[in-house]
Amino acid sequence: MSVVKYYSKFERFWHWTQAALIISLLVTGFEIHGTFQLFGFDKAVSYHVILAWSLIVLWVFAIFWHLTTGEWRQYIPASTGHIMAMVKYYAFDIFLGGGHPFHRTRQEKLNPLQRMAYLSMHLLIAPAIWISGWFYLFYSDWPAVGLEGLSLEVVALTHTAAAFAVLAFLVAHLYLALTMSSNFADLKSMLTGYGEEEK
Amino acid sequence: MFLRDKSLFSILSTWLLPGLLFLFNSAVSASSADLAEIKKSTADHSKFEQLQREFKTGPDVTKACLECHTEASKQLHQTKHWNWKFTNPETGQTVGKQVVINNFCLSVETNYPRCTSCHIGYGWKDASFDFTSEENVDCLVCHDTTGTYKKYPAGSGHPAYVDKLFPPKKGKKLFKAVDLNKVAQGVGKTSRQTCGACHFYGGGGDGVKHGDLDSSMTNPGKSLDVHMDKDGLNFVCADCHTTDGHDTKGSRYNITAKDTHGVDIIGKDDKSRASCESCHGLQPHPETADSKLNEHVDRIACQTCHIPTYARGGKPTKTWWDWSTAGRKTADGKPIKEKDENGYVTYVTKKGNFEWGENLVPEYHWLSGNTRFRSLGEKIDPSEVTKLNVFEGSYEDENARIWPFKVMRGKQAYDKVNNTLAVAHLFGKDKDAYWKSYSWSKALENAMKAAGAEFSGEYDFLETEMYWPLSHMIAPKEESLGCTDCHSKNGRLANLTDFYLPGRDNNKWLDGIGWLAVAGTLGGVSIHGLLRIIANRRRKRK
Repeated sequence: MSVVKYYSKFERFWHWTQAALIISLLVTGFEIHGTFQLFGFDKAVSYHVILAWSLIVLWVFAIFWHLTTGEWRQYIPASTGHIMAMVKYYAFDIFLGGGHPFHRTRQEKLNPLQRMAYLSMHLLIAPAIWISGWFYLFYSDWPAVGLEGLSLEVVALTHTAAAFAVLAFLVAHLYLALTMSSNFADLKSMLTGYGEEEK
Repeated sequence: MFLRDKSLFSILSTWLLPGLLFLFNSAVSASSADLAEIKKSTADHSKFEQLQREFKTGPDVTKACLECHTEASKQLHQTKHWNWKFTNPETGQTVGKQVVINNFCLSVETNYPRCTSCHIGYGWKDASFDFTSEENVDCLVCHDTTGTYKKYPAGSGHPAYVDKLFPPKKGKKLFKAVDLNKVAQGVGKTSRQTCGACHFYGGGGDGVKHGDLDSSMTNPGKSLDVHMDKDGLNFVCADCHTTDGHDTKGSRYNITAKDTHGVDIIGKDDKSRASCESCHGLQPHPETADSKLNEHVDRIACQTCHIPTYARGGKPTKTWWDWSTAGRKTADGKPIKEKDENGYVTYVTKKGNFEWGENLVPEYHWLSGNTRFRSLGEKIDPSEVTKLNVFEGSYEDENARIWPFKVMRGKQAYDKVNNTLAVAHLFGKDKDAYWKSYSWSKALENAMKAAGAEFSGEYDFLETEMYWPLSHMIAPKEESLGCTDCHSKNGRLANLTDFYLPGRDNNKWLDGIGWLAVAGTLGGVSIHGLLRIIANRRRKRK
């Protein structure tokens, strides 16, 4: 086994900034939704908008980084067989003491389930929340671009549904990231960039 | 809001400029005192020969006014103030005090001398009034600056020419004989006091009718009305209700519910300043990170947030008037008067029961501008509350905005057979007048006949409501509504359910499924983790 650098400086910056922004967006978003009171509605709205634009800027850089470094290939889905092997591991082998079916390397740093989860995040949940969020933000401009027929309720409920999906994703992600490696090795790796290569 | 910081300019203007002005002021105070002696007007009416003669009546004064202001009466003859009649060009409906039925004193018909004490004319004592008479236009009621000119409450628009009590003979209130020479020589611009002499007392008393107009607006403080603030901007009514040839702008009979024209300046003027946008423009709020506040302008009238409550000046407004209980007397046949702890009448034999309110939260409705008033012959459904005026507007209508209203409620008479509203002859010395005979049959019969309406003779009382859009008592911005006054469950817009309101609305199914998914994930990973711990221990024991 050897220690390699999994996560570049930018990738770690992206991950942790995104984590902070998404959690803050969830907090302010659910306050606007009426779930609880923290900042007050007007501040929550202002914060939510600023956080959203910040995340958009971060994403622009992240997409650029993924494309130029070729790291986008990390999200190419694995074969069904590999995915099923991961499902079998989490469902049975993990309790029986069986070994992990996937060994991460610098070239393939995400396991088949991670690939699928992150790809769904990028291609399904994120677009749903971005597109509905943009429509929501520019609600007053709908008539100017001929969208007065659009329903605010549909837009708002899509945005809410996507927010629930993000929250559920966050719960599962935290569990897997914090408990699947010994001594928080995954967390340390995400902080320092370095981790063991399992060969 | 939090992106704004104190700029150099604001520091300069807050600290440096007043200091400089103080120095400058003390240097020139002597000359500005001299200037104050010279009136702003180019005419001193006390020097006019035409006004040196002895005036016996109001019309005598008007004749003198017309010697110089030759076109004034002709101009006023065109106005709602004179005709009490107006045909809305958009609905084609003829409205105005002459025809509209309300749930205060019901209608002007057959009650002229009392009602027309607020007419800008002299002598409208019955339906035969000559609307072409130039001398019967009352110049003084609007242009008095002495504060001594008062129309006698039952004088058909005339002031008291000799000392008179009101009510006549046994009344408590003395109307002193007016000094017409003094008033005529002191004429000037209209003021909050002159406009208020009628508009603050609509419905027969201080603050009764409107709720956003009462005598507290004669000299309001900043908190009551940020524009009329006597120590601040000190606006008079005509600063917004501009006039063009004596025609006053800003009538609720065809209200501008949404001004899309914006700031009115010369060359870019829609000839009406009676909308907030006329001065504040279409982007009235400071720019912030998100422009949400300014984006509300398209669907929320300024008044909705900036009139947090009405009847705020210490004068209550009438909210309920039940005519059905009128006529009750003591055992020995004397009229009854009951008052609440603040001295406001809650029952009087002539008029029935009243309720009053102060600091009231408005009711909110969509309004696109046009209001239709119920006409006398229109069929009503006695099982429902009858709306005396209805207006257009909904979320779907892009010309509509949410407006605040005072809603006046009460009970009034209707014809049980014809199912139409009924008006009553209330005021007068004849036996048919309700306030003489206390006979609804006679009073209704008389007024319905005068109005040319059918009346079966059978009557009962039904509940009615009338909507009064609010536009005055604009609070300082610190006291206007905040987001959660509406963007919350059970907020001020709880009754407007034809649109999705963030913070108020959600889909309970989506929320249920969403929270279930989150809880399910949390539960799933917890069980998974727990099973892993148990499995690990078992393996270790082996």
